[in-house]
Amino acid sequence: MAKTLKKGPASVEFRNVVKKYGTIAAVDGVSFTVEPGTLVTLLGPSGCGKTTTLRLVAGLEIATSGQILIGGADVTRLSAADRDVSMVFQSYALFPHMNVLDNVAYGPSVQGVPKAQAHEMAREKLRLVGLADYDLRLPSELSGGQQQRVAVARALTLEPQVLLFDEPLSNLDAKLRRRVREDIRDLQQSLNLTVVYVTHDQQEALAVSDRVIVMSNARIAQAGSPRDLYESPASLFVADFMGDSNIVEAEIVSVAEGSARTRLADIVLELPARGLAPGPVKIAIRPEALAVCLVKPEMPSIAGTVAKAAYLGTHMEYTVATAAGALFVVDKNVAEPKALGTGLWLGLTRVGVALVPRS
Amino acid sequence: MRRLVLTWACAAAVAFALVPWQLQEDGFFAFEWLAQYPGDTASPGLFYALGERPWLWGVVPPILLGFATLAFERADKRFGRTLIAAGVLGLGYTLAQGFAIGIVGLKWEWLAALVGPIDTQQFGFGWGAVGVLAAFVVWISLGIAALGMFRGDAFVAGGVVISSALILAFVFFPIATMLAGAMTDEAGEIALALFFRRLFADDVWGLACFYSARPCGVMFNTVLLGLITGTVSTLMGLGFALVVVRTQFPYRRALRALTILPIITPPFVISLAIVVLFGRTGIVTSFLDAAFGIPPTRWIYGLPGVAISQLLSQIPVAFLVMIGVVEAISPSLEEASQTLGASRWQTFRTVTWPLLRPGLAAAFLLGFVESLSDFGNPLVLGGNFDVLSTKIFFAIVGAQHDPGRAAVLALLLLSLTLGAFWLQTRWLGRQSYVTVTGKGDAGLSAELPKTLRRVLYWTTIPWAVFTAVTYAIVVFGGFVRDIGRFDLEFTWRHYLDAFRVENTERGWFFSGSAWDSLATTLEVSAISAPLTAALGLLVAYLLARQRFAGSRTFEFMTMLSFAIPGTVVGVSYILAFNVPPLELTGTGLILVICFVFRNMPVGVRAGMAALAQIDKSLDEASMTLGARTGQTVQRVVMPLLRPAIVATLVFSFVHAMTAVSAVVFLTSARHNMATAYIVGRVEAGEIALAIAYSTVLIAIMALAILLIQFAVGRRELGRRGQQAAALGGH
Repeated sequence: MAKTLKKGPASVEFRNVVKKYGTIAAVDGVSFTVEPGTLVTLLGPSGCGKTTTLRLVAGLEIATSGQILIGGADVTRLSAADRDVSMVFQSYALFPHMNVLDNVAYGPSVQGVPKAQAHEMAREKLRLVGLADYDLRLPSELSGGQQQRVAVARALTLEPQVLLFDEPLSNLDAKLRRRVREDIRDLQQSLNLTVVYVTHDQQEALAVSDRVIVMSNARIAQAGSPRDLYESPASLFVADFMGDSNIVEAEIVSVAEGSARTRLADIVLELPARGLAPGPVKIAIRPEALAVCLVKPEMPSIAGTVAKAAYLGTHMEYTVATAAGALFVVDKNVAEPKALGTGLWLGLTRVGVALVPRS
Repeated sequence: MRRLVLTWACAAAVAFALVPWQLQEDGFFAFEWLAQYPGDTASPGLFYALGERPWLWGVVPPILLGFATLAFERADKRFGRTLIAAGVLGLGYTLAQGFAIGIVGLKWEWLAALVGPIDTQQFGFGWGAVGVLAAFVVWISLGIAALGMFRGDAFVAGGVVISSALILAFVFFPIATMLAGAMTDEAGEIALALFFRRLFADDVWGLACFYSARPCGVMFNTVLLGLITGTVSTLMGLGFALVVVRTQFPYRRALRALTILPIITPPFVISLAIVVLFGRTGIVTSFLDAAFGIPPTRWIYGLPGVAISQLLSQIPVAFLVMIGVVEAISPSLEEASQTLGASRWQTFRTVTWPLLRPGLAAAFLLGFVESLSDFGNPLVLGGNFDVLSTKIFFAIVGAQHDPGRAAVLALLLLSLTLGAFWLQTRWLGRQSYVTVTGKGDAGLSAELPKTLRRVLYWTTIPWAVFTAVTYAIVVFGGFVRDIGRFDLEFTWRHYLDAFRVENTERGWFFSGSAWDSLATTLEVSAISAPLTAALGLLVAYLLARQRFAGSRTFEFMTMLSFAIPGTVVGVSYILAFNVPPLELTGTGLILVICFVFRNMPVGVRAGMAALAQIDKSLDEASMTLGARTGQTVQRVVMPLLRPAIVATLVFSFVHAMTAVSAVVFLTSARHNMATAYIVGRVEAGEIALAIAYSTVLIAIMALAILLIQFAVGRRELGRRGQQAAALGGH
């Protein structure tokens, strides 16, 4: 019942948490820390355990083993009602039989706050999300975006130490998504909230997060800043999941001071070694990291011919046959498309090319 | 949680020290005992313990142990364990002493050898004992929750433990007692030889009717009747459904209205109308005699009459089931068949009919079980045609009075219905013909083949007319002098006999003969309906929304009471609750309990269906906002379950008013029910009065359905009906 006290944002810590259903582990030995006042995204394909992880934070699932700490206190065995955590559900879960004001005032009123005061708290949050005039509507009379804001206001009323979002954008149309995700980020930063956010959309994750935790098969595949994850994926899975990637075979010739001399087809690259030893290796090359040139550029480059070409309005997409295999390339230059069979050079820029450790 | 433990510890102490321990003569809801309190038979447990019943001291240590748990913190494992120990010890000891020492003193000889004989009489549990027992059960559930089971949720643990305890006490215990009764002789000794003699008696299994003039055994009769009713009602139900869903028959709405009739009709009312029509002096019989010289006979008494009246009430039920099945067949499947070149008849035979089969099986089993359980119609029209339910009744109330024989017959009946129930879950559980998908389906149903349509018209329409005539007879018969002898002079006499109100010098006086039973019926129905809804929906919530070990067993337990025929319930209640410690026969309470546990499965089904429509994230949202499970149920689940609540209230009220089979065993001079009273009038030959009373019952039920719907279902339902998605929280 500590929910009515006002406190700052809290950290969330998982220590080797396992959640099993029967013999199947939905979350299998997961450890991470969410710093206070940051937005951390749990990202992964469906069935990877990200939603179960979120529900473990909320207390809607109780861990089979391991420890969960919120604000340094052990909450592993506490039920959802006893944790200072609120959640915005994928379906918003607005109570259909209550109007907007009663929905938002639900938290304080079940805690025994007098009705007038609870309503005042609710109105304040409704103003915050820009729905001050909608308090007497029923949820069914609101648009999807408005319902989502009501759900956020309801989760904020108790000023929880941690706020959870379960795929908050999945029920919105594409145009609204960008705006709502910016709103969520603004709210998180201006109110200095600790937020854990679940999504399967890597762009969304990159756009809103301080840190991203990529999950796969009930475990953490990689955790880091959005830039780390995109530019230096720790595994083939992450490289593939975080957007398009060309995975090509190469060989590390030698390693010195954390830098690996790597032979890719007929060129040699200096790349961060990431703890790899000399020998065969895979390189992930982002399609936009390859510069399309008609003459051989100064940077290391591979020769090839255009095998497929497609016009997508903002950019061109090519498949280029090279000595390193067929490479998928994105080119911003739509004014001068390259015809099929054109010979060209693909220059490797410094970012977006990374050695992938074997996982 | 510690506060709850303390509250119940205090309640247990008060119940033991201050509240009369044993059942008072006038039942639970009479307070004449106040005059002699706290002495004599109104003594609290403590007084008895100090005096003639020292064994009651044994209840005290568990109560003290309950207080002692408060020495531990909630998180301490010892808290939960001690609490469970206190509850189990207390429950075990209190029940054991109750069963061991009854109206003849100590019953168990091995125990008498140990502690010496006890001659003190002990009567059934009263409020004091019930209070102490309740505290023990609550402690067990709190202890289980404290140990972290049910996710530490006291509400869920309490719900599961308490409803299980009630079901064990009022469904399983009576059946077990009946089983024991079947195996023992009158002295209470185990007598297997007697059991097998009863079980294989000639009047049970005999097939003499095939080769002699003697009647067949009761098993053959029962199963034959069940097969006839099941088969014919299913086929006719299918016919009606096809006419309503698949033809352009102009009076489809009127046909649909037929389906409501059996719900609000006491089961034997139809047989009254049959007697009026086809009895020896009946309308049709007299007409045939006068017009064609066909001599009146008693052909209607026996299999034909019972079958006809069972069909009249069962066909509308099968109709209701089959409408759902026929409507669920996606027209696009039939269109696919037609585009592949099949004729109408081929389409019907190869696509429509196979898709109908699971529904037909369901309707058949329903009709079969209903026929087996039916008591009213065989009683009125059976004549020499014995079926199990009537045979059981006469074994209890008849001159032979042989409870052991009744128990054996009840076991046979129970195994028949359980067999059908098992067959249904097994058979229908395996097959799945999902033809209604989420996708829009704009296809048109195939037209029925012409011959089939003609056959359907020629069978269903006459039957519908016949049904209408029988109901007309029921309404009409109450207003004429003697419809049984075709004396059609208008009269209020029957209504006045039953419902006369006189204004005497000492005020209004309800002198009509039916007032007592009507008042009891309304009271019992009105009390049991909300209890049924509460218990049924609680169980539904636990099953649909909570995951816990043993939930499958729990579900099976709750649904089982649905498969037990009313006659069996009646016999088992008489055998189990006629003696201490649970001495309930003759009270109004036993009627209420009987209805609650018989109708609860409908509440469970309705609740589970409704909960499946309500997104689980609504409950979870409530919990993450800090609401306890109890608060979530009260503020979120209950308001959204309103339609299911209405349905359960209506169903249990109406069923309580129309039930006969269990009730005839449980009524008493003091607590007579309308249906039992009417059966009595029929046996006395006062058919017109019975008809008049039945009409009043039907009218009251129609009114009650409207009232309940108005009172509970007024607000918001319309709006949410249009916005079905709102239930999903979108």
